[in-house]
Amino acid sequence: MLIELHKKLKELIDLAEYIIDIKGEDFHNIGQVCETLRQRYQNFYEYSSEDMQVFFTNSQEKLNFILNKAEETLTPYEIVKIVRHPQRFTLLDILENVYDSYVELGGEGELNLDPAVVCAKAIISRRVGNEIYFHQVMVIGHEKGHGEEFRRGGSATPWGNEKALRYMKMAETEGIPIHFFIFTPGAYPIEDTPGAAQQIARNLYYLSKLEVPTVSFISEGGSGGAEAIGLSDLRLMAEKGYYSVISPEGAAAIEAKLKDGRPPRELVEKMAKALKLTARDNLELGTIDRIIPEPPLGARRRDYDFFKRLKFELIRATDEVVLHTRSLKMLRKYALTKQTDESFRYFVNWDLSEDEREILVENRYLKYRKMSQWALLEPKGFLRCMAQRGAQLSQSFAYEIKYRILKRGQKTFKRFWDEVVSESSLLLKPVSDPVKSVYNLIVGKKIKAKVKALTEIEGDTTLYISPLALQDRTITCPQADKYGCPDLWVPDLYGEFCGVCPTCGYHFPLEYNWYLNNLFDKNSIHTFNDELSSGNPLNFEGYAEKLKSARKETGLNSALISFEAKIGGLSVVVVMLVADFRQGTVGVAEGEKFIRAIELAKISRRPFIALVHTTGGIRIHEGTMGVVQMPRCTMAVRDYVDSGGLYIVVYDNNSYAGPVASFLGSAPYQFALKSTRLGFAGPRVILETTGQPVPPDYHSVENALKRGHIQGIWDRRELRKKLFFALLTMGGPNLYYR
Amino acid sequence: MKIDFVQLTKILQRLKANPFKIYPVITPHTGKIIEFKIKEGEEVKGPSGKWLEKPGTPLFVLEREKNPKLIRANYSGQAIGIRTDLLNKFVEAGEKILEIRHPLSQEEVIAEILLSALYIISAPETARYILTPELTRRVEKEGLGKTSVNEGEELLIMTFMKRETPIYLKEKGSFIIYQIYFKPFELIQTGSPLLGLCPVEDLPHLEKIIQRIKEEWSL
Repeated sequence: MLIELHKKLKELIDLAEYIIDIKGEDFHNIGQVCETLRQRYQNFYEYSSEDMQVFFTNSQEKLNFILNKAEETLTPYEIVKIVRHPQRFTLLDILENVYDSYVELGGEGELNLDPAVVCAKAIISRRVGNEIYFHQVMVIGHEKGHGEEFRRGGSATPWGNEKALRYMKMAETEGIPIHFFIFTPGAYPIEDTPGAAQQIARNLYYLSKLEVPTVSFISEGGSGGAEAIGLSDLRLMAEKGYYSVISPEGAAAIEAKLKDGRPPRELVEKMAKALKLTARDNLELGTIDRIIPEPPLGARRRDYDFFKRLKFELIRATDEVVLHTRSLKMLRKYALTKQTDESFRYFVNWDLSEDEREILVENRYLKYRKMSQWALLEPKGFLRCMAQRGAQLSQSFAYEIKYRILKRGQKTFKRFWDEVVSESSLLLKPVSDPVKSVYNLIVGKKIKAKVKALTEIEGDTTLYISPLALQDRTITCPQADKYGCPDLWVPDLYGEFCGVCPTCGYHFPLEYNWYLNNLFDKNSIHTFNDELSSGNPLNFEGYAEKLKSARKETGLNSALISFEAKIGGLSVVVVMLVADFRQGTVGVAEGEKFIRAIELAKISRRPFIALVHTTGGIRIHEGTMGVVQMPRCTMAVRDYVDSGGLYIVVYDNNSYAGPVASFLGSAPYQFALKSTRLGFAGPRVILETTGQPVPPDYHSVENALKRGHIQGIWDRRELRKKLFFALLTMGGPNLYYR
Repeated sequence: MKIDFVQLTKILQRLKANPFKIYPVITPHTGKIIEFKIKEGEEVKGPSGKWLEKPGTPLFVLEREKNPKLIRANYSGQAIGIRTDLLNKFVEAGEKILEIRHPLSQEEVIAEILLSALYIISAPETARYILTPELTRRVEKEGLGKTSVNEGEELLIMTFMKRETPIYLKEKGSFIIYQIYFKPFELIQTGSPLLGLCPVEDLPHLEKIIQRIKEEWSL
């Protein structure tokens, strides 16, 4: 009895310490309460049993009161602290308490491919009446561990994400649902093969068409790291969890424009609020589907009621995903609401038929397509909408007829005709050859060119002089020390040399207009969706003004321009991320414009080119609204590539973070101009996260090529030619769809 | 092959009289000096960091065609002989603007003495090098500065793309391996020093000199 009490007292001390960690020592005198508890615990046997019992009941009441008070006054930053606390439940606790049995895959504990990512095959059971049913599921998630160093707080390395992808594919082969658990402050920012950004992009690419039901649960969702396993049919979130584009500390450092050192505490708290990272905010924004309630101040590793609830919610969520793929939707939906906490009324088979799998993928696409669309700033009017819709329909109808019906018929006929001709020519050759040579001798040989020769495409552009070239001065190449480059005269450099040092080939940054004018045929550019504008969906303080000034300076409404254009007569759809508009960061407007452009390329069967002038990542001022652009756009890319499109990405200047880790990184053909810097996180973030400084050329394009992240390095002076070549060779006869 | 101790003493005397190395800072091209960033006698630092990624102290600004170029220090030491009279004047390329007096440390003096005293075997090709297994064992057992090798003995193995070539000692007489300048299996550029050998009979004398430098330079 007394021993029991001794144990319970220890639990009370743990709780008190936990409250101190979250709310601070001064909160309702919790520090003092904790101190008395500790003293009693140490001199436990000096008191009588009754005395101790009374003390225990009193302290328990007191602590409960404080706990409830703490819960009432919880701030977003305190939620962040709860999530990061070593006493919080982790994936292994869930595997122990929610699932009936499990086998870890890819190693255990320290001997693991990546200890921050745990993959396990597990069995989850449900009771219907007196029957017990078992389901097999694949469990993939981050393991923070309770303060274990080697787990790196749940930051997945690139090979950890690769492991996750491997078991996702395995689950797809076996046809079992996947449960994802997200407990990560962000991905581990190293570029070693397979590369942080590139691997996340690959994961997203495969996830978007994974043919098994997927459910994810978010406790700590930090940006790209969370997205790598976060794209799912249904997203659950812990009540005391956070899901954000960046840690509040990171956001504060950016806002305060700090070079080194820690951002002030007040600013961090303000950022936590402004980023709208709590579960309730995310539900309102529509980035998650449901909140799993937690006990006051968050569930810890021994809150068994929470695990029971989580088990029920996981099964119900999987049921929901499965049922949405089946016929008689209304009836199923009604039945679903009847599944109660304690026991299930009926059993749902989680196996999907072929048709159902198709519906599942389609449902997922529609879900993400709709996400964050409410935050879009677009001039609307009934007539305008109708006209737009009408134009879209007629366009897609016309292209359908042209390519689906006419082109296909033509192709079949051509193949048949080619066969006939080539085989019969063999028979007729002895007869036809002498005739042909005589004819050629008299008339002269004529070969009909199908596409323009390269010499023809040169000089087809308007001559554009960069405004940078108007200064009468010289400039020193940054690599002059290494290669002994002489100083360059600015009008030469930005005019004739296309911003490239003729000695060492260093590429100076050029403004985006240069590309518009020098890459494409004369007067062939037609921009569209220009009126889509970046907004301020989170009402982030001071962001509206920044947007306004960016709009005024650049004359653009968002950081992404989408247009139709021609290169050497080949019609293409192009998007370009522009540095001038808030460093080419991606938010809702940019994501939507990207998707619309790639959809246009899909229905009009044209190649799609993404030119990256510069991208700084996801715009932090749009919070999770920005983050969901990663899966959204990647889904559109997958859809386009699967239906036969050619997608080429060309990087320039600086290309970092979110976009590279999703819709740009997932491209099958990626090229970069010389002197580009390409990567996941900048050197400072790497130093902060890993404690290791990186060499100055860590993110150079040469290294990116060595690691296999891109397919080639191009020279800016030859960009037009290279692009034209790429379209011909990579597209070739398949250029306008297979 | 004998060490020329007379020559060595001369070098040492010169170093002792002036224990500095003077690095002149010259203009890389013509232009106008528009600003000096340092004062006479100020300490300057060369590039630092693991990859020398942190640039050295700014020295002066040279402008040509409205292009101001900041010239930085490449060595650490004391800036002396600054030509302040050239401020706001046009200078030719290669004009000496100041000097950096770099104080030589004990290690630098010893390294310089050894390089001029020892018989150096340098890399004939850009490749990876290792000591022969037998020699490695002996060096481990007897220690550096005690292992002796004779004429015709196989010293090193040059290895590159699975092609292995032995390197023999061609000089007459017996030598002591005094210094190893490379790490096993590291890529070494052509002409870089690999081994420093000392004739056996000269060893006591050389060691005495090194000992003397160590004692005198620590002061």
